[in-house]
Amino acid sequence: MQNKKLIAGVGAVGLGLLSTPVLASSVDETVNQIFASATGWFVNFIFSPFPGTSFPWIVAWLVVAATVFTLYFGFIQFRAFRHSISLVKGDYSDPNDAGEVSHFQALATALSGTVGLGNIAGVAVAVGIGGPGATFWMIMAGLMGMASKFTECTLGVKYRNEYADGTVSGGPMYYLTKGFAERGLPGGRFLAILFSIFCILGALGGGNMFQANQAHQQISGIVGDYPGWITGLIFALVVFAVIVGGLKSIARVTEKVVPFMGVMYVGAAIIILLLNADKIGWAFGQIFAGAFTGLGVAGGLVGALIQGFKRAAFSNEAGVGSAAIAHSAVRTKEPITEGFVSLLEPFIDTVVICTMTALVIIITGQLMVDPATGLYITEGGRIVTATGASGVGLTSAAFESAISWFPYVLAIAVILFAFSTMISWSYYGLKAWTYLFGEGKSKEVTFKVIFCIFVVIGAAANLGPVIDFSDAAIFAMAVVNIIGLYCLMPIVKRELNSYLERLKSGEIKKFK
Amino acid sequence: MSTKYVVACDGSPASGRALKLAVEQAKINKASLLLVHVLEWSPYSFLTPEELEERHKRRAEEVKRAHTALIDPLLETVTAEGVSANAIIRYGHVTETLAQVAEQESASQMFIGRTGQSSLAKLVFGSVAAAMAQIAPVPCTIVP
Repeated sequence: MQNKKLIAGVGAVGLGLLSTPVLASSVDETVNQIFASATGWFVNFIFSPFPGTSFPWIVAWLVVAATVFTLYFGFIQFRAFRHSISLVKGDYSDPNDAGEVSHFQALATALSGTVGLGNIAGVAVAVGIGGPGATFWMIMAGLMGMASKFTECTLGVKYRNEYADGTVSGGPMYYLTKGFAERGLPGGRFLAILFSIFCILGALGGGNMFQANQAHQQISGIVGDYPGWITGLIFALVVFAVIVGGLKSIARVTEKVVPFMGVMYVGAAIIILLLNADKIGWAFGQIFAGAFTGLGVAGGLVGALIQGFKRAAFSNEAGVGSAAIAHSAVRTKEPITEGFVSLLEPFIDTVVICTMTALVIIITGQLMVDPATGLYITEGGRIVTATGASGVGLTSAAFESAISWFPYVLAIAVILFAFSTMISWSYYGLKAWTYLFGEGKSKEVTFKVIFCIFVVIGAAANLGPVIDFSDAAIFAMAVVNIIGLYCLMPIVKRELNSYLERLKSGEIKKFK
Repeated sequence: MSTKYVVACDGSPASGRALKLAVEQAKINKASLLLVHVLEWSPYSFLTPEELEERHKRRAEEVKRAHTALIDPLLETVTAEGVSANAIIRYGHVTETLAQVAEQESASQMFIGRTGQSSLAKLVFGSVAAAMAQIAPVPCTIVP
C-alpha cells in the first residue's frame, strides 16, 4: 500500500513534469490508428490462414522448412547431437586459439537472445489456448527447428565478412548476397535488403517494444499500477548506457545472471515436478491425448498444433535468421561446427525450457477440467484457468501454487530476460542497419538512439497494432531467410559431407 | 641446448625476482630460458554480441601489448646477460597453462614468483604458486 502510494506519487510528479497526460493518451491513440491502418494489411497478410482453414500459412512455412532441412540432412539434429556437445565442451578446440570466441561463448550469447518471454509467457499462451496437446507440437517443432538453425548458422559463419582490423560481421544479409553470387543465382542482393528492413523492424518491435511492454506489465503486477513510461525511461537509460555508452559491465552482469536465472527456472520447475511425481505420467498422458484429439479445446487438434508450432517458432527463432548473426563471430576453421553447436539452441530453448513451463502449468492443475466429461472448460476460445490468469500471469500462478515466493524471482527473471533480449536484438538490428547504410560511428549511434526511444514507446503504451506489426516483421524475416536457405542448402550439404568424412578418417582431431 | 627453464612472467616484482634467479641458474647450468606470460581466459565466460564481434581484434591487441610492455623488454635484458631465451604468450587458466607449457616444451625446471600477500581473495581462489606446488610437472622453484 505504502509502495503504491509512493509510486503513484512519483508518477504524478513525472506526469506533472510532462504536464501533457491528456495529450499523451491522445497521441497514443493517434499512433495506434495510423499504425493500424498503415500496417494492418501487412499483419493480415503474414498471419493470414490458408483459404477455408484457420491455419496461418506462415506457421506452415516454418514447419515445412524445418521438415525439409531435417530430411535433407538426414536427421542431423539427432546424428550430430553428441558431437555438438563435445564441440561446446571444447574437445575439438585448438589450445592455440584460446582467447578467441569459443563455441560455448557463441552459443551462450545466442541463447540469451532467444531465452526470454517466449519461454515463460508464450508457452502459457499456447497451453492456455491450445491445451496440453500444444506442448507435444511445440516439442516437435523445437526438434525439427534444430535442423533450420543448423543450416542458417553454418551459412552465417561461412559467408561472414572478416575485416582488416579483425572484427567480423555475419548473418543472412551476407550469405544471401555472397552465397547467391557464388551459386550464380539472381536476387541475392534484393533478398538481403528485404531481410535487413524486416530485421530492423523486428528488432524495434519484437526485440524491443514487446519486451519493454511485458517487463512493465510484470513490474506493475507486483508493485501496483504506475505509468509505463517510467519503466520505459529507466530501461532506455540502462540500454543507452550499454549500447551507446559502451558500459560493458552492465551487459556483462546480465550475461552472467541470465544463464543463472535460466538454470534456476528449470531447477524450480524440476522441483515442482518432483513434488508432483505421481502426476507426471498423467501430465504426459494429457499432452499426448491432447495432441491428437484436442481434449475438447477450441479448434481441437489443429488448434493445439497451430499454437504449439507458432510459440515454438517465436521462442527459438529457428529459421528467422537472427541466430546466424550472433553465431558468426566464433573462431573456427570449419563453419559447419558452428552449425552443430547452434542446433543445441532450439533444444535447450524449446524442448527443455518451454516444456518445463508447460509441464508445471499442467501438473499444478491450472487448467480447469469439467469433472463430468473430462474435457477442458473453455470460454471465448481460452481454457478457463484456476486463477483466471493468462500469459505470464498463468506461469506465475502455476509456480506460486507450489513455491509461494517464486513470482518475485520470476519477475526478476522476466526483467533480465527482457533486457538481455533487447541487448541482443539491438545488435541484430544494428547489423542490418549498417548493412543498409554502411558502417560508421554516426550511423551506428543514430540507430542506437532510435532503438532507445522505442524502448520508452514500447513500455509506455499498449500499442497493440505496433506489436502485431513487429511480430509480423520477425516472421517476415523468416520468409526471406528460408528462401535463401533453400537455395543455399546444397552448399551446407557439401560442407557437412566433407566434414563428416574427415572426422571419420581422423583428419579432424580431438585436442582433449 | 638440452636444458630449458620455464619462467612465469606477469610483470610483478616477485616474477622479476624469479627471473633473476632463473638467469643465474641458467648461466651456471648453461640452460636456455623460456619466458611464459599467461593471459587469464576462460572459454566458458559470457560475452555480449558486440564483444564477440571484436574478440579477435582485442586478442591481437592484448598479445601485442603483452609483447611491447612486458615480454620484449624482459627478453632483451636476459639476452644482454648472455643467456639465450624465448618467449610464449598464452591464453587460459594461469596455473594449468604454465604446467602444460612446461610439459610440452619438456622443460627441466620451472621458476615462479610468489606475491606473499595473504588476502581474502587468495583464501577463496588460491594463489598460482600454491596451486603450482601441487600440479607442477617438473621441479618448480617458488621465489618469494
